Amino acid sequence: MSQKTFAIALMDAPYESENLTTAFRILDAMARRGHNINVFAFEGASGLAFSKQAPHPNPVHGKNVAEENHPTTKDQVTALLALAAKSGGKVDWVNCGMCVDERGVGEFVADTRRGSPADFHSFCEASDNVLAIPTK
Amino acid sequence: MAEYLLIESRDPFESNDVGYYYDLARGLVEAGEKVTLFLVQNGVFAARPSAKAPQLRVLVGSGVKILADDFALKERGITKLLDGVQIAPIEIVVDHLEAGHKALWH
Repeated sequence: MSQKTFAIALMDAPYESENLTTAFRILDAMARRGHNINVFAFEGASGLAFSKQAPHPNPVHGKNVAEENHPTTKDQVTALLALAAKSGGKVDWVNCGMCVDERGVGEFVADTRRGSPADFHSFCEASDNVLAIPTK
Repeated sequence: MAEYLLIESRDPFESNDVGYYYDLARGLVEAGEKVTLFLVQNGVFAARPSAKAPQLRVLVGSGVKILADDFALKERGITKLLDGVQIAPIEIVVDHLEAGHKALWH
C-alpha cells in the first residue's frame, strides 16, 4: 500500500473516554504503515498534548509513581510522532487555539502546534481520507 | 457503488441512537451500497449470542458485513459471538481508509 495522508479529528478530553484508547490504536496502526497523519485536536482533546501532565502514584494500591507507571496522553502523542517518523511518515498535530485558551493548556509537547478549525479544513482538502471521532 | 465503514462504539442498551445507526447500515445496503459495520468498545456487547439486540440480528444476513474489535472483546471477556459476526483487528479501519471508503463514527 502506497503512503496515504489521513485527517483525524479528536474531541474527547484525556482520561475520560474509551474513544481515545481506540483512536490511539487507529493512529498507531496508521503510523506503523508509514502514513502521514494530520490530527486536529479540539474541545477536550486539546489537552491531549498538554506538556504539564504528570504521572501519579496510587496510594490506595500502595504503588509509587514508578510502580503505578501511569500513562499520560502527552507521552502517547510523543510516542506517536516518534513511531510515525521511524516508519517514514509524519504527524501534523494541531491543538485548537481557542480550546487550549479556554482550558489553560497552551503548553504542548514538542512538534505539536497551535492552530484553528481552518487547519482541519486544510487537512481535509489535503488528505486521502478523513475520520472524525466525536464525543458521546 | 460506494463503500462505507460504519464504526459503532456504543451498545443498544445505552443509546437508542444505535438502532438508527444499524438502520443506516441496512438502508445503505438496500440502496445498493457496500457496508461494513465495525463494532468497537461497548458496541461489541450487542454481538453476544445472549444479547437482546434484535436490530443487530436483523443485519446478519442482510448484506452488511459485521465485524467486532478483537481488543474490545478481550477486554470484556466475550468469547462467543452471533453467527455472522467476525472478529477483526483495529487495522481493519486503516484498510478501509486506505481504500478510500467513507468512514463514520458513532
